[in-house]
Amino acid sequence: MPFADMPFPLGISLILASIFYVVALVLALVRVVRGPTAFDRIVALDLIAALCLGVIVLFAIHFDQPVFVDAALIIALVGFLGTVAFSRFLERDGGGQ
Amino acid sequence: MMVWIVSFFVLAGAFFGLVAALGVFRMPDLFIRMHAATKAGAFGAALMLLAFAIHFGGLRSWIFSLVIIVFFYLTTPVAAQAIARAAYRRGVAFWEKMGVDRLKESGEIPERSHSKED
Repeated sequence: MPFADMPFPLGISLILASIFYVVALVLALVRVVRGPTAFDRIVALDLIAALCLGVIVLFAIHFDQPVFVDAALIIALVGFLGTVAFSRFLERDGGGQ
Repeated sequence: MMVWIVSFFVLAGAFFGLVAALGVFRMPDLFIRMHAATKAGAFGAALMLLAFAIHFGGLRSWIFSLVIIVFFYLTTPVAAQAIARAAYRRGVAFWEKMGVDRLKESGEIPERSHSKED
């Protein structure tokens, strides 16, 4: 039980933050599935990348492993490239809305 | 004392992530949704990284966290601007209650549906 050996407010706030992130990821995923245009899906996927960065940092605090944040650095560096590539592609020839 | 600060930053970061997802879920229009997603999402990630740096301490953690925050705040507007430009040029519908289009009134973009260059 990894939450049990945390000091008092940190364990509770880590549980609450995990619940917040789960709800946020589900809401963004609903927008990905439902979004009327392809641009809505791209915006929601971009938000999911930002939420994943937060989840990785949460895991780094939770499991006491500061090396996890290397993955967060990679997401912050290259996460926007997919978004830019998709939007340039859709700007040029539609790609179907 | 330090544990309380870290807990506050963790909760605030996750709360702003939830607010961003709620905005993406509930807002009526692509451009308003993007406003919620980029600003609140980046702010939530920055708060989580500050919590990480305060929790672990040390020079390496602070440098990593500040570098990630700087790069995230540099790359998020680039992605948002690319999406907004492409969506505006492809003619994505505005919210019907918005009623004003300053970019079309200014005449700098002559037509909204097809791009001539590139």
